[in-house]
Amino acid sequence: MDAKQFLGQLIDVPGVSGYEDKVSKLIMDAFEPYCDEVYRDTFYNVYGKKLGNKSGHGPKVMLAAHLDEIGLMVKDIDDKGFISFTNIGGVDQRILLSQEVYIHGKEKLFGVIGAKPPHLQERKEAQKAVPMKDLAIDVGLPAGKVKELVSIGDLITFKSPLVELEGSNVCGKSIDDRAGVVVLYETMKELQKLVFSGEVYFVATAQEEVGTRGAIISTYKINPDIGIAIDVTHGDTPDASKNDTHSMDKGPTIGVGPNMHPKLTKKLMDVAKENGIGYQVEVAPGLTGTDARSMQVSREGVPTVLIELPLRYMHTTVETLNMENVKKAAKLIALFIASMEEGWEECLTY
Amino acid sequence: MRELVKKLTSIYGPAGNEELVSQAIREEIESYVDEIEIDVMGNLIAHKKGSGKGKRIMLAAHMDQIGFMVTHIDDKGFLRFSNLGGISVPYSINRRVMFKNGLAGVIGYETEIDSWKDITLSKMYIDIGVSSKEEAEKLVKIGDVAVYHPLFSESNGKYISGAMDDRAGCALLVQTIKNIKSTPHDLYFVFTVQEELGLRGARTAAYALEPDIGIAVDVTATGDTPKCRPMAVSLGKGPAIKIKDASVLAHPLVKDLMISTAEKYDIPYQLEILEYGGTDSGAIHLSRGGVPSGVLSIPCRYVHSDSETIDASDLENGVKLLTKILEENIEF
Amino acid sequence: MSDLLKRLTEARGVSGNEDEVRQLIIEEVTPLADEVHVDRMGSVIAYKKGTRSNKKVMLCAHMDEVGFIITRIDDNGMLKFATVGSIDPRILPSKRVRIGEKAIPGVLGIKAIHLQEPAERERAVKVDQMYIDIGAKNKEEAKKLVKLGDYAVFDSECLYFGDNKVKSKALDDRVGCLTLIEALKDRYPFDLYACFTVQEEVGLRGAKVAGYSIQPDMALVVEGTTCSDVPGVEPHKYSTRMGEGPAISIADLASYSNKKMVSLLIECAKNANIPYQIKESISGGNDAGEIQRAGEGAMTAVVSVPCRYIHSPSSVADLKDINNTIKLVQEFLKGCEAL
Repeated sequence: MDAKQFLGQLIDVPGVSGYEDKVSKLIMDAFEPYCDEVYRDTFYNVYGKKLGNKSGHGPKVMLAAHLDEIGLMVKDIDDKGFISFTNIGGVDQRILLSQEVYIHGKEKLFGVIGAKPPHLQERKEAQKAVPMKDLAIDVGLPAGKVKELVSIGDLITFKSPLVELEGSNVCGKSIDDRAGVVVLYETMKELQKLVFSGEVYFVATAQEEVGTRGAIISTYKINPDIGIAIDVTHGDTPDASKNDTHSMDKGPTIGVGPNMHPKLTKKLMDVAKENGIGYQVEVAPGLTGTDARSMQVSREGVPTVLIELPLRYMHTTVETLNMENVKKAAKLIALFIASMEEGWEECLTY
Repeated sequence: MRELVKKLTSIYGPAGNEELVSQAIREEIESYVDEIEIDVMGNLIAHKKGSGKGKRIMLAAHMDQIGFMVTHIDDKGFLRFSNLGGISVPYSINRRVMFKNGLAGVIGYETEIDSWKDITLSKMYIDIGVSSKEEAEKLVKIGDVAVYHPLFSESNGKYISGAMDDRAGCALLVQTIKNIKSTPHDLYFVFTVQEELGLRGARTAAYALEPDIGIAVDVTATGDTPKCRPMAVSLGKGPAIKIKDASVLAHPLVKDLMISTAEKYDIPYQLEILEYGGTDSGAIHLSRGGVPSGVLSIPCRYVHSDSETIDASDLENGVKLLTKILEENIEF
Repeated sequence: MSDLLKRLTEARGVSGNEDEVRQLIIEEVTPLADEVHVDRMGSVIAYKKGTRSNKKVMLCAHMDEVGFIITRIDDNGMLKFATVGSIDPRILPSKRVRIGEKAIPGVLGIKAIHLQEPAERERAVKVDQMYIDIGAKNKEEAKKLVKLGDYAVFDSECLYFGDNKVKSKALDDRVGCLTLIEALKDRYPFDLYACFTVQEEVGLRGAKVAGYSIQPDMALVVEGTTCSDVPGVEPHKYSTRMGEGPAISIADLASYSNKKMVSLLIECAKNANIPYQIKESISGGNDAGEIQRAGEGAMTAVVSVPCRYIHSPSSVADLKDINNTIKLVQEFLKGCEAL
């Protein structure tokens, strides 16, 4: 299936941090045809292992893109059947008013996060964001029925299927980082056309949104020579500083800073230049907010590089992505892996 | 269990200084376990062998309590301090504290400050009743640590004391050790150190033990006092099975195991969501290649004050529940 | 020793870009150690086999310093930057830096006072308002000299002044590196690992990996720490006092020192008549935090040289404190086999 199709499927399947069962199964099925081995661990990290197709001592490379999404969780159910909730991961509370959601209880229920009508608001009320603790989900059922079907701790996801915008742009929820998982998928397809030695582990990591926890666990298990983290970064919008955002049309970004290995990063940029793949540079002065932060310091250390897709409106239900960047990132990574010839260990030195 | 809780909560044991607590717990459990060792961090690890056909399970309750470390002695003998763990300003003003040797002190603050909102820990001090630096130096030195002065009360089935966090958890584990009749699992009861400083003891203990499953036992907050932060946990409604806090998302397999065991044996329980805070399972679950972990929580009002309050029945039901969990086979 | 201190502090090595100081340290330690290697994060590990025991003792100091990284090149040729490690933005206006491999000079200029409103002069300047001027006319010219992701250090020479004082950048933690180099001149009964770690200032990163690889029995971290015994600070906030000797930590934000090691440090100081002080605050964190909890855990302690104006281009230390720190560490190493 093509990249856009896969992304559309992925974002519709629930997989809030810690509860990635369903989405991990979908990903395992997709990876099957392109990997030598596909499995997942008890934390729902999905691993697709691909062996090299030429002899040699190529590196053990681990790619990581996270499969979990931010979401909400049922905190309590009141006597009228209204559901109060808490967030899992960094949900911006300002996007919640009037959102449409699904509650994954004994049945999947549709609900809305209600908003007080303007007619009933006090003068200055409208100037402040409504705090999450004052919001509630209305599932349109009597309290007794709600309490039968829904329990404290049930997960809540947003309803926001993929929509196509102009150009190659698409919009939906959880593109952070399901688009990264699509990059993994496209990369394994690209790698079929190339020659490489060593082993590649395509890992869809769990619980990134609550502290890169899946990456800590999976990197320890694999103990790779090289790490490649794939995530999203901020696309440019009129209200954000140019310092912190990137163009949607100039390619994926390559991370530079203490969290990324300098020689390995330079090699990645060389591969991009040699193959005419446009990219942008993202400078990170400290730890990045991605799996790279944990991969780099696993066990005896893993030289790591970071590739990100510019994404507008991150952590909302209208995250916007240019699909062209998915293809570019996949091509770049596949070529990078194939470029690890004899003496690749040199790029890991200082 | 009243006497056990009273005893454990009164022992001096701030983070980094858990020796006396460790000794007392060791005496309680020695004859009930197969092996005891203390690791380099000071964690007390008690091993109870199973029949050999089960899982390798790490239980954890932390021995340390929050405290006040003396950082400076001024000319008049007043002691400036820094916090060890989550010390809150309002919970400390004018409280009574105690040093290891029993020396009592009172926490004061620079009363020229007009608004309570402007008081910070660095504007507070401990008064040990001396009038000069020399006198003070005969009694304390920099690095000495004080804790809330212990005082245990019982009222209507509630136990009240400082250090319920987490001596109540320690008591729960101690009683469980004494109650378990037989188990298929290899059990490691770890009484950890320095949890209040960032789950430090649990990290090294979990790495060394390589367990299949981790269960921490700690206190959690409640949502049953006037105009409090909403939370669906109350005193007296049973031990709480944690769904999440800031340090861990309880593994669904462990959480479901705890729930199904409680239902099977008709043990009352509650489901807990804590929107902040952490427990030893936060460190255990990320050890090596991951350890599915959960937390058994003891509902507690006024956490990190000198009058933490728990319900005796919650504690006893917690012992029942944990004992049943550890005595039975685990399928996953 | 003062020459080596000068070379160490003047060497460039912002967290993530420790190349120059790493080379210098490798040159200095190679003749002193049995084996020297660079690990996967770039930390330098100098190993010296023990004469009679397999116990592993680690000495640790970080090579990296706080600095800057270039985040954008503006159309007018000015450079936008971010700080690497923790720097108070208020020290930045009017300072000089050196950028990239070629050490291109740049200045952190701000609008002249004549052109400011009175209210402006009261407000602290924020990093995102500032820029580095390398004298380029426009973006193209600037791009010939620097690129995105280039690192910059404070341009500050090492000077000896006053009564036995030294002023330079990066006393935190080149004084520690100096101490380790001195300690490597001896051989000990136990295996010694002198680790010059990277990226301490951005989260104790090098130490986490070094601690895991080496899994020492015991580790002593040698640091440069806050010394705030200056006007405007209340005595209980000094933390350490200049001239009163190496500061021994009971605890800091990253680790609670092992009590036996602390007692031994104090005993060694007393027996050898080395002045010492106990650090009077729990502020700051350092590599001991990661080494103490690496693998199955290790005994750790921290000894520091008091440094005024830490994390600035003009930090100051007393040479007596530096020498006494070196002495104390040497005495400790002689006696620590017993622990």
